[in-house]
Amino acid sequence: MDLNTLWYLLIGLVITVYAILDGYDLGVGLLHLSTRDEGERRVNLNSIGPLWDGNEVWLIAGGGTLFAVFPVVYSALLSAFYILFSLLLISLIFRAISIEFRNKSASHGWQRLWDICFGFGSISASLFFGIMLGNILLGLPVNEEQIITGQPVSLFNLYAIFTGLITVTLFTLHGAVYMTLKADEVYLHRIKRYVLIAWFAFIILYPAGVAVTFYKSPIMFHALLSSPLSIPLGIINIGSIIYIPYAIKAGRHGRAFTASSLLIASIMGFIGLSLFPAIVPSSINPLYSLTAYNASAGPYTLKVMQTIFLTVLPFIIGYTVFINMVFKGKAGIHEEGYSDAEKL
Amino acid sequence: MDVVTLSRLQFFLTISFHFIFVSISIGLSWWLVVFELSGWKKKDGEVYVQIAKFFSKIFAITFITGTATGIVMEFQIGMNWAGYSKFSGDVFGPLLAAEGLIAFFMESSFLGLYLFGRNKVSRSIHLLSIFMVSAGSTISAFWILTANSWQQTPAGFVINNGRVELTNFMDVIFNPSTFQRFFHTIDATLITGTFFATGIASYLLKNDRRVDEAKTILRFTIITGLILCVLQVMPIGHEHAKQVALTQPEKFAVLEAVQETQSHAPFVLFGIPSDTPSGLKMSVKIPSLLSIITFGDAEATIKGINDFPSDEVPPRLIPFITFRTMVVLGMYFILITGYGVIQLFRGKLFNGKGFLRLLVWSAPLPIIASQLGWIAAEVGRHPWIIYRVMKTAEGATLTLPAVNVLTTLIMFAILYSFIGGLYVYLIKREINQWT
Repeated sequence: MDLNTLWYLLIGLVITVYAILDGYDLGVGLLHLSTRDEGERRVNLNSIGPLWDGNEVWLIAGGGTLFAVFPVVYSALLSAFYILFSLLLISLIFRAISIEFRNKSASHGWQRLWDICFGFGSISASLFFGIMLGNILLGLPVNEEQIITGQPVSLFNLYAIFTGLITVTLFTLHGAVYMTLKADEVYLHRIKRYVLIAWFAFIILYPAGVAVTFYKSPIMFHALLSSPLSIPLGIINIGSIIYIPYAIKAGRHGRAFTASSLLIASIMGFIGLSLFPAIVPSSINPLYSLTAYNASAGPYTLKVMQTIFLTVLPFIIGYTVFINMVFKGKAGIHEEGYSDAEKL
Repeated sequence: MDVVTLSRLQFFLTISFHFIFVSISIGLSWWLVVFELSGWKKKDGEVYVQIAKFFSKIFAITFITGTATGIVMEFQIGMNWAGYSKFSGDVFGPLLAAEGLIAFFMESSFLGLYLFGRNKVSRSIHLLSIFMVSAGSTISAFWILTANSWQQTPAGFVINNGRVELTNFMDVIFNPSTFQRFFHTIDATLITGTFFATGIASYLLKNDRRVDEAKTILRFTIITGLILCVLQVMPIGHEHAKQVALTQPEKFAVLEAVQETQSHAPFVLFGIPSDTPSGLKMSVKIPSLLSIITFGDAEATIKGINDFPSDEVPPRLIPFITFRTMVVLGMYFILITGYGVIQLFRGKLFNGKGFLRLLVWSAPLPIIASQLGWIAAEVGRHPWIIYRVMKTAEGATLTLPAVNVLTTLIMFAILYSFIGGLYVYLIKREINQWT
């Protein structure tokens, strides 16, 4: 495997891990809007409280890594997605400060304000991620100078908004499954219902999305279907979708979470297989597409990055697993981190 | 206004606002390590644990605000500076990636463990977690400073096919200004955190609240503050100034208002930059001093502004004024902490209400000094985005309609005013609740 292919895989890995880890944080944020009392809201916040900040780093480190190994993609994509990224950043800023500021005052109005910001910040962040993904799948007007031209308004096309909705549904499902690990008693009952609702929405929207994608860019499926990897990926994808409701019914919440994580991973796998070696397909001329080869940094930079990344990764996995073990199990209503709650 | 100017304004707004929280949190995190360590397994450690618990709340608010505003920095370089990121990604990208992978992961992950884990893990693991947060945020600063220093004094690359190509990563990391600027900035964050803690303790003591804790904090911070402020001038500031004189002579000439190349260059105590032949109006100078403090020799020649092509001279007024104001503030910090230490040893620090009030009001000044220093350093780099390699005007995203940048600039300005106001309100609230 050459360095460029390796980095295509590693960037895919970082994006996938981000989607799995912060995906449940965003899903919990969305579910936060449907909570019924203070106890449930606290359980939500405490279940992601110690972890969300570390999860979000996968996005930040991913941005830096993309900049380092595929600088041309970083430059072209971020400037073309200027409006989307601005809105995404504002959503993420609101989400971050909502989680942190909410419990700093016992005033009901104050807390409700931040609950709403937390919920809508999470929904809009998920939506913008999906809209970006949709635009990449459609292909962007990349010209021969590796610059993306065209009107920013076209970023909000129907197909992209549809992929945005699928993303929101997927993260909601994933977040609800995560909450089955954390919630107790009455709330757990309702969370299980939410899992089913999100699951039904997903099995309607997802096949429709695949069908529309096939209609829009059949070329993507040529690459996918000609790869031997598509069979195991397909099995994992469909298997995990079918398995989630069974696992939830049987009370195997950990396995359900594994399944919804695999679902996200297999979708990312499909996207990677279909696009490879392209990262941003060009809608003007396939020859202009930004690929792992024509948009990458020089070989020495890729080598340096490989050394840094593969040296640090075991450490990151190590302490992430350790910290997740510390906070395993049901989330309480009162947690040390938001101890101002004791005044209520 | 054109897209380049607007992008520069937006970058200035987002990075200077972000840096406020960065500097407070790096400084405070090391104080948390000190207080957690002091309260660790001690019989009389309760007072330290109380202090640490209180500061950890302030720290959490600061850190998350820093994180929230920091995400913008990671993506804005691609959004507003497409030309720059495409041109320099091979060198600049790995530095940002290293910051994220090596440092930011560590600090953010362990922050959760520190804030939520006090009763879930052993004391030693809990102590380790705050140490990891501090170490992580300091290493994070190192990589970011390396990246910015590479823009100031680029090294370890060649230009190939219209793009920067990495030739030696070690030369990039240890470029001629990395160490001077890293120590200068880290000391600035430590001073910021120390003054912040001093201000809070003085406020409590002034109002006779949490007297034991406040006295404990002050004993620590006032002495440390003096040491840090003295070190910031000598050797750190001095070494940094020498490095600028050697590696970026245009910047140095502008900072020190040296118009003509000369030996026995005077040090300007006061002056107003103007278009007169000497370049200054109403100036007060000490003969030969600039040559002496910079190179230790009155004979040493300092290059003047007139020796550089006029389109490569940075704007003159802003760096000159910001740099001088920063120096004046630095002197004031030494005086105030020095007086505080004297009062401490005379046993009069804790009941001098007037001086305690001065310490409260001085608490935010290091933040202002840091901002001034950054403005001097960054405006003094102009017209280059990479010194003598690429002009700032070539680095912006030129395909972007100016109105889009104007919109986001206004959006960030409103959002950040709102966040800044909330931050001040919440910090005040936490302090007043600690009774």
